[in-house]
Amino acid sequence: MSAPAVSSGLRTGLSDGLAVMSRNLLKLKHQPGQIVATFAFPLVSVILFGYVFGSAIPIPGGGNYREYLMPGLFVMGTVFGVMGSLTVIAKDNGLGVMDRFRSMPMARSAVPFGQTAADLLVAAGSLVIMAACGLLFGWRAHNGVGATLGAFGLLLLLQYAVSWVGVFLGALAKNEETAARIGPLIFPVTMISNIFVPTDGMPAVLQAIADWNPVSAATVALRQLFGNPGLPTGDLAWPLAHPVLATAGWSLLLLAIFVPLSVRRFRTAGL
Amino acid sequence: MGTDTGDAIVVAEGIRKRFGETQALAGLDLTVPAGTVYGLLGPNGAGKSTAVRVFATLTRPDEGRATVAGFDVVRESREVRRRIGLAGQHAALDEQLTGRENLRIFGRLFHLGGARARRRADELLERFDLAFAADRLVRTYSGGMRRRLDLISSLIVSPTVLFLDEPTTGLDPRSRNEIWDTVRGLVADGTTVLLTTQYLDEADQLAQHIAVIDTGTVIASGTPDQLKATIGGRIDVVVDDVAGLDEAARALAVLAGTGAEPDVDPVNRRVSAPVGADTLALPDVVRHLDHAGVKAVDVGIRRPTLDEVFLTLTGKPAETSESTEPGRETAR
Repeated sequence: MSAPAVSSGLRTGLSDGLAVMSRNLLKLKHQPGQIVATFAFPLVSVILFGYVFGSAIPIPGGGNYREYLMPGLFVMGTVFGVMGSLTVIAKDNGLGVMDRFRSMPMARSAVPFGQTAADLLVAAGSLVIMAACGLLFGWRAHNGVGATLGAFGLLLLLQYAVSWVGVFLGALAKNEETAARIGPLIFPVTMISNIFVPTDGMPAVLQAIADWNPVSAATVALRQLFGNPGLPTGDLAWPLAHPVLATAGWSLLLLAIFVPLSVRRFRTAGL
Repeated sequence: MGTDTGDAIVVAEGIRKRFGETQALAGLDLTVPAGTVYGLLGPNGAGKSTAVRVFATLTRPDEGRATVAGFDVVRESREVRRRIGLAGQHAALDEQLTGRENLRIFGRLFHLGGARARRRADELLERFDLAFAADRLVRTYSGGMRRRLDLISSLIVSPTVLFLDEPTTGLDPRSRNEIWDTVRGLVADGTTVLLTTQYLDEADQLAQHIAVIDTGTVIASGTPDQLKATIGGRIDVVVDDVAGLDEAARALAVLAGTGAEPDVDPVNRRVSAPVGADTLALPDVVRHLDHAGVKAVDVGIRRPTLDEVFLTLTGKPAETSESTEPGRETAR
């Protein structure tokens, strides 16, 4: 293929991806309810976990429970982001929109790339909202601008990876109903972790799972970067001893698996 | 006619496709002449949709080859996609966007560029009478409006071939008529339409050529008139008195000449019998009944229903009559 053909192919792919992305963002405009839900999640979580459970949970090394909790809530919100792309893609599948896309001369990979790009923008917006909620309830980032931006960057990387997982699962699910049933399965992923309580007190097997759960590594990474209390001490599992590296590694691993899988799925589904 | 591949726009040769246990297409051959409406007629599960999915590059055939506008659907799928439109059984639209936004996004994905996509959207909404609802969310559209928007979404770049997979299934008669008018308009513009349908009526109204498809192969094809001539129809006679039913049944058995026993319905005082391939003229029927001394209050020749077309063509036994061609029976 000649150079101009390749560059025009790239341009086409990019413009297709942008079109798919703006389609997703346009939808948000018509669904103020979804934006309200984005607000409500951190607020309800902080009140529920921060004040109801937090009153009875001691932090290792002392400190404010809500400061301990916020990094975990950031991670939880990020992991639940999987539902966004999963629902949209599964719904499009059920309605036949995917078939139409695939019968058009657009780049087939534009759908997953456009979708995940839109997810990333939405996630960045909801991080800002969540951070504002946190500040309201007494959470602070103590380690300066660099570390704070690093923490949010790490979260967005994780979010991007998770969003690709959602795209792939959405392509597998034939419709919105199937997608909705996957939702509750994400709860254990966030609960068997150190988001709410230290893992020391868990039974050995559960603790091992929790310690190796990417969610735990991400939570510790944020606590470290924000300078929030409750960092685990003692003989630690590798991901908790190197939380930033582990979180980045987990994210890149998910991307390495799910980007090719999803792109392949969109190229060949139904063939 | 369709046999000259020089002006054939969609060609299928021996296409086979299996999904697990199901042989969806079992050697499908098809030749669609350019500039016509071609109807693929068949019951649920006959393989109509799979055929369309193969032509629209959504499904790859296991065997055989297919071309659209001269391009191979597998090896040159990108070229095919530039030239086709697809409107399916669902309204493939984003319910959370307005009609106008849906069309603009599709326009951008057809690489029209922002400004041209906007202009084309407005143009199509105007031309197909959806301008009044252009800025409403598709969620609020009626079934007929959705289907119409779906149809015009496939017209953003005037396609060479438009595939319509059961475009009116589940629609009320008025919406169905609107879709039919739209399709007729397109053909006037020179688009070739390949339409699948379960309704003989629909194929009859729109298509110049029909292929009847069952268990993944074409079992008959021709113009609607040719098909109807081979299939025949039914003749219904309503008599004024129940006492005349037997006489009417005897008269019909002779008249219809198919050897089949007429159905007698005493409640409605109706006798009904299939008629053969030779077309019967209504005056002849009336004269014959009169001659036989049957006092009829209503006489009518009905077009065959899809059931009847299907029964006749496949030779499958109806509940009351015997199979005429046992050799062609297929397992269900």
